[in-house]
Amino acid sequence: MSLLELHGVTRSVRLPDDRILEILRGIDLTVDAGEHVSIVGRSGTGKSTLLNILGLLDTPTAGEFLLDGVPIGRLSGRVRARRRGADFGFVFQQFNLLQARTALENVAAPLLYAQGKQFWARKRLAAEMLERVGLGDRLDTMPEKLSGGEQQRVAIARALVRGPRVILADEPTGALDVDTGGEVMDLLDTIAQENGSALIAITHDLAVASRAKRHFRLADGVLTPIAIGARSAGSLDGLSSSVERVPHGDDHQAEHVAVPLDPVATSRVGATPATGTTAPAARADDLLDDSVAAS
Amino acid sequence: MTGFFGALAEAWDELRVHKLRVLLALIGVAVAVCAITTITAAGDMLRQVSTEVSERQSGRPATLDISAYPTGQEAPGVEEYVAAYEDITARYEIEHSSMTMWAQTPIRFPGGTMEVQTNAVSAEWATMHRFVVDGGRWFTEADEGNLSPALVVNQAFLDALGQRIEDHPTVMIGGENPVLATIVGSYPNTWVDEGPSAYTLVSSQLRWATPESLLNTGPPRLEVWVPPDMADALTEAIRRDLAGAIPGSQSDVYRMDNPEMGMMDQATKWVILGVSVIALLLGGLGLVNIALVTVRYRIREIGIRRSFGASSGRVFFSVLMESVVATVVAGIVGVALAIVILHNVPLDTMMGPAVQDRPGFPVSAAVTGMVAAVAVGALAGLIPALVAVRVKVIDAIRY
Repeated sequence: MSLLELHGVTRSVRLPDDRILEILRGIDLTVDAGEHVSIVGRSGTGKSTLLNILGLLDTPTAGEFLLDGVPIGRLSGRVRARRRGADFGFVFQQFNLLQARTALENVAAPLLYAQGKQFWARKRLAAEMLERVGLGDRLDTMPEKLSGGEQQRVAIARALVRGPRVILADEPTGALDVDTGGEVMDLLDTIAQENGSALIAITHDLAVASRAKRHFRLADGVLTPIAIGARSAGSLDGLSSSVERVPHGDDHQAEHVAVPLDPVATSRVGATPATGTTAPAARADDLLDDSVAAS
Repeated sequence: MTGFFGALAEAWDELRVHKLRVLLALIGVAVAVCAITTITAAGDMLRQVSTEVSERQSGRPATLDISAYPTGQEAPGVEEYVAAYEDITARYEIEHSSMTMWAQTPIRFPGGTMEVQTNAVSAEWATMHRFVVDGGRWFTEADEGNLSPALVVNQAFLDALGQRIEDHPTVMIGGENPVLATIVGSYPNTWVDEGPSAYTLVSSQLRWATPESLLNTGPPRLEVWVPPDMADALTEAIRRDLAGAIPGSQSDVYRMDNPEMGMMDQATKWVILGVSVIALLLGGLGLVNIALVTVRYRIREIGIRRSFGASSGRVFFSVLMESVVATVVAGIVGVALAIVILHNVPLDTMMGPAVQDRPGFPVSAAVTGMVAAVAVGALAGLIPALVAVRVKVIDAIRY
């Protein structure tokens, strides 16, 4: 039994002119405990909506979402909230730290919704978690006094303080520079692995995506399994990256598709920035577009 | 249980972080609670002042005035009255009683002899009428046997005499049997330009005054302080006894104090309560206003908390608790403020003469104020809490 299972999940909204807009269409996804999955896609393709459904913040319009084999539709709002707090940790692009509260208070905040020992020992647990992310000396610092990377580390500590089984990261490096983003992802990967938490990263940054074991592309509300080649995932030292594409609905049999990368994209992806290349110009976002991916 | 403490901790955390907002929101509530407590205390004080003023005039509840006026040609002698009154106080085991005799007494002042209005009473009279001296002392039992009559005089008397009470002055009482009286105490003038007046003991008056002069201003009266619930029965019994004791006279017994005072108390109380409730409601409206604005400002934070696992019920309760905790704090501040005001402002002297039995701090008013503040907090928190629950999590996080 998988940790999370989505079968034919659809999410649609009614527009003011009464038209129905389908944000997600027939999503199939299975995530096991401790697995690292990335979902890439351009802005407005439904990535955040998918993340919200996965994190029990939103419910599908149609289809089935199983959590530990139990359809979430059967869970009451209160139970869903409790499971969300206990099993899911969120890392947002804009950090979403609580203003006017210290790093320690921010990390302790989710423990206000915990039970028993976790609740009563929240300050100590939060301090230990901040120590783990390397901010043991910034416990009483306000978010606005922290750098972007430090703020995201506080957000990571906050997401992990209750020991969630799933970490949902929505553009975790979107507001950070390349180096800081890399450091933050290293930290997130490491702690997720240490905790045995599944990590689902939604991003349009190939460098972030490439860290995952399995990759998906979300375009026009449709989730498609893709495979990022060894060169792109491991060491993108060239001008192009191979993106493997598999037919829709099959997330295990990938098909290789060569995708060109521009210097900008490469520098965001790889540890070694590309220099002096004559690669075709295209942003990483564009690489995730159907037309480019299919080329 | 942790859910409750969690919501409480969350509410306190919110208040701590948003001190200024809380302060602004709660000024109205704190002022209202302070007003409720202070106004109630002021009302208590006003009632006490009014009661004591009334009791100075008419005696404590229930004071019966007993008198007997001759209806025939031959008036009874003073000794008959004294015997009849002593019989009544003994028969009904009345603890507090005093004969009273008004007289115009010739006093020899340095400026000449002046007829001074004198009231002969017993030592008990001061207790029955809340009478206090501002210099020297009131009569004691020892004064009863003193051959020099003891006097308690007003300030005008001392001024006419040209002496101070600290000098232990004496004064010659003129008339057919002049006697040197000792002034043992003094009391302030009741009004400006008041003439000299004095109190003396009935026993002294009977000793040096002639029987004729004693009855010049009417027969002696008797005042008795009895339990209010026995007043009616005693009135009838004493009237009957007195008619038997002094034949040929019309005995009269009536209640001196004002039994309607209690009803006035109730009316005052309701007016004060009404004003206080309006004040508290206005404070609550201010709280609702600011709380609503704040919830809209905090939509993102509410969304983030939902991602931590806060259920809609928990969000509702937390926002509600913020108002309740805030109003409890405001209530405590209001009560503390009221204590400071009541401790430092001499309410009794502002309203009239100083009271003898100063009312204690109105604990019931403070408790009522606190309970009302919490209720207003809960009501004021209800609307923002409902708004907070309706916040769409996804929109909130993106906000």
